[in-house]
Amino acid sequence: MKAYVGTATSRVDGRAKVTGAAKYAGEFSAKGLAHGFVVEAAIPRGRIVRIDTHEALKVAGVLEVLTHVNRPPLADTDDAWKDEVAPEKGSTFRPVYDDRIKFNGQPIALVVAEDWETAKFAATRLYVEYEEEAFATDLESERDRATEVEQPHKPRGDAAAAMTRAAVRHEADYVLPNEHHNPMELFATTVVWDVGGKLAVHDKTQGVQNVHKFLCSVFGKKPDDIRVISPYVGGAFGSALRPQYQVVLATLAALALKRSVRVVLTRQQMYGLGYRPMTIERVALGAKPDGTLDVVTHEAVAVTSRYEDFSRNDTGWAEQLYKSPNSRSSHKLVHLDVSTPSDMRAPGAASGVCALECAMDELAIALKLDPIELRLKCYSDRDQSDDVPYTSKQLRECYARGAEAFGWSRRDPAPRSMRDGKELIGWGMATGVWEALQMPVAVRIVLTANGHAEISCAASDVGTGTYTIVAQVAADALGLPIENISVRLADSTLPQAPVEGGSWMAASSAHAVLGAAEEIRRELAGLAKAIPGSPLAELDAADVALADGMVASRTRKGAAVSIADVMRHSNLERIEKEKLNEFAEDKSHARNTHSAVFAEVKVDEELGVIRVTRVVSAIAAGRILNTKTGRSQIMGGVVWGIGMALHEETVMDHRFGRIMNPNFAEYHIPVNADVHDIDVIFVDEPDERINKLGIKGIGEIGIVGVPAAIANAVYHATGKRIRRFPITLDKLLE
Amino acid sequence: MADTTIPERIPINLVVNGERRALEVVPWTTLLDALRDRLELTGTKKGCDHGQCGACTVLVDGRRVNSCLTLAVMKDGAEITTIEGMARDGTLHPLQQAFIDHDAFQCGYCTPGQICSAAGLLAEGRARDADEIRELMSGNLCRCGAYPNIVAAIEQAMSRS
Repeated sequence: MKAYVGTATSRVDGRAKVTGAAKYAGEFSAKGLAHGFVVEAAIPRGRIVRIDTHEALKVAGVLEVLTHVNRPPLADTDDAWKDEVAPEKGSTFRPVYDDRIKFNGQPIALVVAEDWETAKFAATRLYVEYEEEAFATDLESERDRATEVEQPHKPRGDAAAAMTRAAVRHEADYVLPNEHHNPMELFATTVVWDVGGKLAVHDKTQGVQNVHKFLCSVFGKKPDDIRVISPYVGGAFGSALRPQYQVVLATLAALALKRSVRVVLTRQQMYGLGYRPMTIERVALGAKPDGTLDVVTHEAVAVTSRYEDFSRNDTGWAEQLYKSPNSRSSHKLVHLDVSTPSDMRAPGAASGVCALECAMDELAIALKLDPIELRLKCYSDRDQSDDVPYTSKQLRECYARGAEAFGWSRRDPAPRSMRDGKELIGWGMATGVWEALQMPVAVRIVLTANGHAEISCAASDVGTGTYTIVAQVAADALGLPIENISVRLADSTLPQAPVEGGSWMAASSAHAVLGAAEEIRRELAGLAKAIPGSPLAELDAADVALADGMVASRTRKGAAVSIADVMRHSNLERIEKEKLNEFAEDKSHARNTHSAVFAEVKVDEELGVIRVTRVVSAIAAGRILNTKTGRSQIMGGVVWGIGMALHEETVMDHRFGRIMNPNFAEYHIPVNADVHDIDVIFVDEPDERINKLGIKGIGEIGIVGVPAAIANAVYHATGKRIRRFPITLDKLLE
Repeated sequence: MADTTIPERIPINLVVNGERRALEVVPWTTLLDALRDRLELTGTKKGCDHGQCGACTVLVDGRRVNSCLTLAVMKDGAEITTIEGMARDGTLHPLQQAFIDHDAFQCGYCTPGQICSAAGLLAEGRARDADEIRELMSGNLCRCGAYPNIVAAIEQAMSRS
């Protein structure tokens, strides 16, 4: 029988998605469903003096207007509001909790009506009186107020002294703006209220059990009172890791009205959720005359809210990646009157490595070295931070394969040296790096006598392909065709899973499937051996495998009993096994994914219009579970990198502390015409140490390095170094 | 004091996926909300409600339109095809099959709009190569970044139609 793992298997949820049958959070219905519309604060800081709900309540069809004044009880301790992804330091935002305004766009009321249009209309008949306070929303003007965050990266050598003596030096600020995730699906929750007060919560989330625990805690409910379900999620990219405020408001309204309620945010309102924080990245590199790196320093100054300290590792990547005897890094936060940032695809690395890899390009130019050569001169087979080897690291192969596919050897290093008619051509490259994390996950397998297996787990599939890889791994492990496998995910009552993020779900869920399948195999082996006259009777249970629907000897060809026969002989309709898989802690090795990214841009010399015409992304990420969905995931990361390099920026009017472009017309993401050839190369990276299947996650690695490769290509094309992202044509024409 | 009255409902008929549907809607109801909330055809997606993302694309009398920018009352008597009406007798439309074959989606949320838009594009007969497909499909955003696969899927369906 063919193995499914490692093949280009089409998505098992594909049919549901192309026929419109897949239901997302805001699409579940219920008898008597009411609709909530959120009203947001119009000032960034202060308090609500009065909300006049009189007129709104007069609108026919309006059921209730919930505000901090009349809301049902909510938990009153910070601990009760902490979800599994909440920053350690700080106090989670509580919607319609009290009269305090913490950011512009904060939800302050929920209008609930018989239908959505009525609620929306009535929301315009709500009048709010504020007491405004002085506020600050501009990172750059508040940069001096930054406070240091504790970082795990210890300094090496004496960075200051090394910088002074460096033969060639490069130091610059790279500025990355706030960016919003903008998943295509609007944030939504449908709470189905059942007689007796039990709630089925259909929520847009990357972690149903995180939301479940949070809701029970915030509303003082027992675990059995609430069930959270999220079988399909229309993109998230980190935005749905934490429970978002619409789930609190929908639950609050359902409990207040004792009926089912749906709350869907508008696109504009989603800009009041998390975002990739604006960061000023100061990178300094010092090299010896031979082009070896002697010192690296990286200081990041990022936005956070006044109520929570959100930070991720922007810095530290250089120290891990490149040989450099001296290094120092620091991460600072500026507290502003804005909502708390959140994880967004490759949080920390997308920004930090962008700055680092632009700086490496600038250093290579100063050293008159090819940018790949500079990276090879400081290449390391050991994690430089912890001085340990990697479980696997084929980055060198990524440089080689990527360069070859791209045609890098034909590059003339001089800026403005290549052109195609009126367009300047630029070629740039960069390195990418991310972590290969793994988490405890439990899986339940129910094998039925008809040779069908149902795999269930609380994990989410946010478009990443979890349904498909779980089915592939299960089919191989149980020796069944993939058509006989069904997968249930994203229901809080299913076996334990963490939020889906950080690229950890593929490895974690795959090994949980293996664990549960092994229990099934052992049970079937025992039963098969016990059948009178069994051809397996003499064999050790360990020598029996599941293949082609049979319980079969691994060593003796033909010695086999069909699974159906084993179960019939044993009078079993079903075998059910649940197993929690945990990975042993192992600090002896570093676990990372790597990439080499090559980009070609064409820049209209007169107009400054930039097109990314080619990208080659060579990825080293262990064994790839599914080459089809895996390639798509990397391609998506590259598209995100194009957006980060050229398009995306959340613009704030600091006079009002209000976002000016909260929509797709003014917050630009790449469209079809912006994306041309993307070549994804998975280099062979056998890894027997990291886990049984030798797999690492690939959700984040696809974006890391892409913005830098494009920025470096723009420099090569034009001779202009733009260090303030996104690189828009006005900056080139300045 | 501002007006708080709700306008009166107007009766309309829509032929949705070949089936005549009678309903009464307030004039401000968009075709998108009528499909999703009133007819429970949630395959058509809402991504922005401003005509900026294309997730709500459906075919109205054979032409692709943003149903969020179309008031239901304006389409009285029109023939509407949504994603639910693309497959025939359980057999997927060539575009639906091509989207699966080429992995032209990840989360699936923009997919119904992409497929309806692509069906409209094929009917227009304007796209002759990948560059033209890219240009003429740029009203349909995909945040997962499946664009190259979407183009490949449409090329496959074009070559077979």
